[in-house]
This record gives sequence, C-alpha cells and structure tokens, in this order.
Amino acid sequence: MAQIYKPGVKLSSRVCKTQIMVLRIPAVELEIFCGGSPMEVGDPVALKELQGENNGTLVGKRYTDESETMEFLCTRGGEGSISISGYKIGIKAAKKLPSSD
Amino acid sequence: MNIYLILQMAVEAMGEREAVKLNDYSITFSELNNMSKSVASLVKNKEKIGFLSENNLLMPAALFGAAIAGVEFVPLNYRLSKEQLNMQLKRISPAILFTDEDIMVEGIRTIGTNTLTFDDIIEIGYDSDDEAVAVELFTSGTTGEPKSAVLKHKNLMAYILGTVEFMSAEEEESVLLSVPPYHIAGIAAVLSSSYSGRKIVQLPNFSAQAWTELVIKEKITNAFLVPTMLKRIVEQYSEDLSLPSLKNVAYGGGKMPRSVIERAMKLLPNVNFTNAYGLTETSATICMLGPEDHRSAFNSSDILIKRRLSSVGRPIPSIELIIKDDEGKICLSEELGNVWVRGEQVSGEYKGIGSKLDSEGWFPTKDRGFLDNDGYLFIDGRADDIIVRGGENISPGEIEDVVRAHPMVEDVAAVAVKDTEWGEAVGLVIVAKCHINDREIIELIKRKLRSSRVPSIIKYMDELPYNETGKLLRRVIRDNFAN
Repeated sequence: MAQIYKPGVKLSSRVCKTQIMVLRIPAVELEIFCGGSPMEVGDPVALKELQGENNGTLVGKRYTDESETMEFLCTRGGEGSISISGYKIGIKAAKKLPSSD
Repeated sequence: MNIYLILQMAVEAMGEREAVKLNDYSITFSELNNMSKSVASLVKNKEKIGFLSENNLLMPAALFGAAIAGVEFVPLNYRLSKEQLNMQLKRISPAILFTDEDIMVEGIRTIGTNTLTFDDIIEIGYDSDDEAVAVELFTSGTTGEPKSAVLKHKNLMAYILGTVEFMSAEEEESVLLSVPPYHIAGIAAVLSSSYSGRKIVQLPNFSAQAWTELVIKEKITNAFLVPTMLKRIVEQYSEDLSLPSLKNVAYGGGKMPRSVIERAMKLLPNVNFTNAYGLTETSATICMLGPEDHRSAFNSSDILIKRRLSSVGRPIPSIELIIKDDEGKICLSEELGNVWVRGEQVSGEYKGIGSKLDSEGWFPTKDRGFLDNDGYLFIDGRADDIIVRGGENISPGEIEDVVRAHPMVEDVAAVAVKDTEWGEAVGLVIVAKCHINDREIIELIKRKLRSSRVPSIIKYMDELPYNETGKLLRRVIRDNFAN
C-alpha cells in the first residue's frame, strides 16, 4: 500500500534478507518494493517468492533515483532488488572524504 | 537509528576482519559484537555504562554495549583528581563503571576491565529511538567547569553517514589510535573505523617513540593525532623518519602551529595530512582541510593560499557554517566573528542545561573565526578568551601570533588580567629560549599591532599549562595572574 515515509524508517524485504533505511525521501505517497513484493516497515515477516528480475542488494550501498530525490542505505543485503513505481532506483556513486579520525 | 547498526552491518559484511588490536591481542568484528552483547546484558534498571580506563579492547564493546542496552556510554577522564572524578561520578549515577580503580560512590557498580567473561551471550532486542542519548561526554572545561554534552544516536549516525563510506577501507588498512576514550575523537574513531572496516590499533600511552615504533611494527596506514603529539614526533625525529606504510594522518583537537605542520610535511612528504576541526558538541569533525589543500598551500607563493596551512578548511557537505558578529549580523569574508554551525550531527545539548541551538537550529560554537574568499575557515580562539580592554575587544590570538614570531620565544599566551583603569588588560606569559628583555616584546607588539595590545604584565614560565590532549588551559594562567 502506498504511503508517506519518513527519514530514519527501517524497511524489510518480504522475499529475502534485504533491509534498508530511509535517509532522504520526498513527502509523497510511494510504494517501495523488494524482489517484486512491497517492503514491510520494521522487522521482516514470513518470506514470499522472489518475482521478476533481481540483481540483489549490497550492504552499505546507498540506493537513489535518477534525480536523487530520495536515498536509502542498505543495512542488510539480499537477493531482491529495490524498486519503486515511477522511479529508476540504482546504486549511488560513493563520494569519499579524507578520513578525519 | 542506533549506532549499534554500524556494528551489525560490519558483522554481516566483514565479521571475520580484525576490528581492534592492543599489543598482541586482537578481536574481529564478530567477537566485538559478542563482547558488546555481554556488556549490554550486565545493565540493570537503565544504569549508564561508565568507562574509566585507558583504551583497551573493552572500550569499543562498552560503547556498542551501551547502545544495545539503550543506555548512555560515559567515558571519564582518568587524569582527573579524585575529588573531580567523584563529582562527575555522582552526576552519572546510577551506572556500571568499567575500571580498575578503587571507587566508592553511591549508585556506581564497578567492574574490573579484565574480569568480564564472554561465555554467556544473551540475545537481547534493542531500541532504535532516534532521540535516545548514545554518549555523554564531559567537555574539557578549558574556560570553566566541565559541562556534560549529550550526543544522540541520530547525531552520531548523521556524522558517520555524512563522512564515511561503508567498507571503504582495504583489508590491510589500520588506524593508530592514541587519543583517550573520553575525547570525542576517540569515540568517533571507533564508529568510523567500524563502518569503514579499518582495524583500530590502540596506543594507550603516547610517546613519540612508542608511536613511531608501533607504526612500523603494525604497518599502520592511518593515524589521528592532536597537535601536541605531532609536535613531539617532529621534534624527536627532526632529520630522518621513514614510515613507509603510513598514508594518512588526520589531526585536530587544538590549534596546530604552522611551523609544526610544515615540518611534518617535510619530514613525511608521502603522507596525506587532513586537519579535522570539530567540537564535542558537534559529534566530531565539521570542517576539513584535506591533503590537496595542504599540498597546494605548502607549495604556493601566494600569501593568501599559503596561510591556508593555518586554516581548518571548509565545512563538510552535511554542515552549514556562518560567521556572525556580536549583534547577529552575518560577517563579510575576512571579518572576524562568532562561528555558528547547523547540521544533523550537531547536538549542542548539555545535561541539566538543555539545548543551545537557536530557533533555526544554529549552534554557537563559541569559537571566533573568519572565512576567506574561498570559504576556508580560520579559527582565532574561544569567545570566552577575548580580552575586553576599555570596551575594546582584543583577541589573544593576534598578540600570540606576533610574539611567537620572535626568534627567542618558544611559546606564549595572552590572557585577560584585572585592571583598575581599563577593567581588563593584557597579561602575557612567555616561555623563552633564553633571556628576553620586556622592552623588546613591548616594542614588537607596538610596531606590529597597536598600543592597546601592549601587555600590562609580562611573566616568564618554564612551560605553559596544557591538558593531555593539547589544549592550552587559559583558566590556569588567568588564576595564576589573579594570585
């Protein structure tokens, strides 16, 4: 079900181990999928079958749409891919700062 | 968001990597996770977790363990007097305290740092309340009584997510940590190293020799130093120092003398130096002068570029920074004023005092400084250290810079002294290499600055009082003049 998400919210996949954390998101109704099934707010529920084509998620990577209106941090990797209807979601290139501590 | 997420992700992606090493003992991220869970299971009735010890393998476990248990981690300064320490312990009671000291304070349950066993790992759920406090740190109190700054999970996570890429370190990378656990840099190092996957090698008792030997022995790639430490290293190894493994050195925690960083760059030409400016209240670094900035300043003949070696760099992308005058008007570039910052990592909150943020979320750092035309920040000193002579604001920094340039001056500090005519006047303390005539100093200040900057008293000392992380204790100097 489409809903408005807030930064800091944890989402869990229903098809694999994937978990993501919302870092930035526009205040509009969205439906966030992983492996073809809507993601659950909070901790994971019983697993369903993977649907569609999936490249998986990688822990520590940031995922964003083409115009970077939203950003998610993958906190646990899995086999499903993140998708949101109307947006193209992919891995955000890392911008590395010098280490300061 | 809870800082324990950092360790959870590290365990999942690189659980068998070495996380922390002290002498010949090291633990992996998985082992650190088990230790942290053991620590968390000790907590009863929301006791805080105090830590009164030099750095050891237990320190990161106590930090993450407190996060799992949903209580504050409170590292304490083991160099405080018994009286000061007991006062701070009363302020954090009830708490578990990891220590090997003899402590008798009501509500403080002490546990030896070597007595903990890690056989019974209890799986417990943890809280991810954004507003919860992760760390309580007593500020260094260079200008007054120490305040207790609170850093929430959301502040520390914003700092890590804003500055570090997950697992960006190569497996052989390691950081030599010689700042104590009660310094914000010591806390930040645990979090950013765990997130980047860089092994921490602990050095509890810094000396220039122990540090260089450990860099060689452990093939250290990264290090964080306070200015005093770097000064000792360049003084001891003034001619020849070969540290082939060392690639990155970050420094901060106090003002870096330009002569020290210049000597360090000459001594270690292959090392990337980064100046990291931040405060306890801002969850560590808010501005950085990166390696490229260092090199271009070092090699430039343009005086405005060259002086950037004394700058703390530019704000990191997740931080906004402005300079305002005492009336709240935004300063032009080159105009000295008060440094204000805003960003998710900025806490600006103290226990028992509340938040110091203004209605728009800006935090007054109480540091004075200015920006150059390209946005590089130069820190002049603390606002509390300003000398107000007959209504005129005098910054100690400008006098100190002039006097320090005198060839016979080793170190110098200017502080406010009581004056019947002007309210306050300038008191000057000099550490001289050999005898200097007062008149010479007075003439120098008159010539380079103006007569209002001339000290009413000059004292000579064998050394200035610094705390162990290299901060000048102006309060002690002021007290010395008052007596």
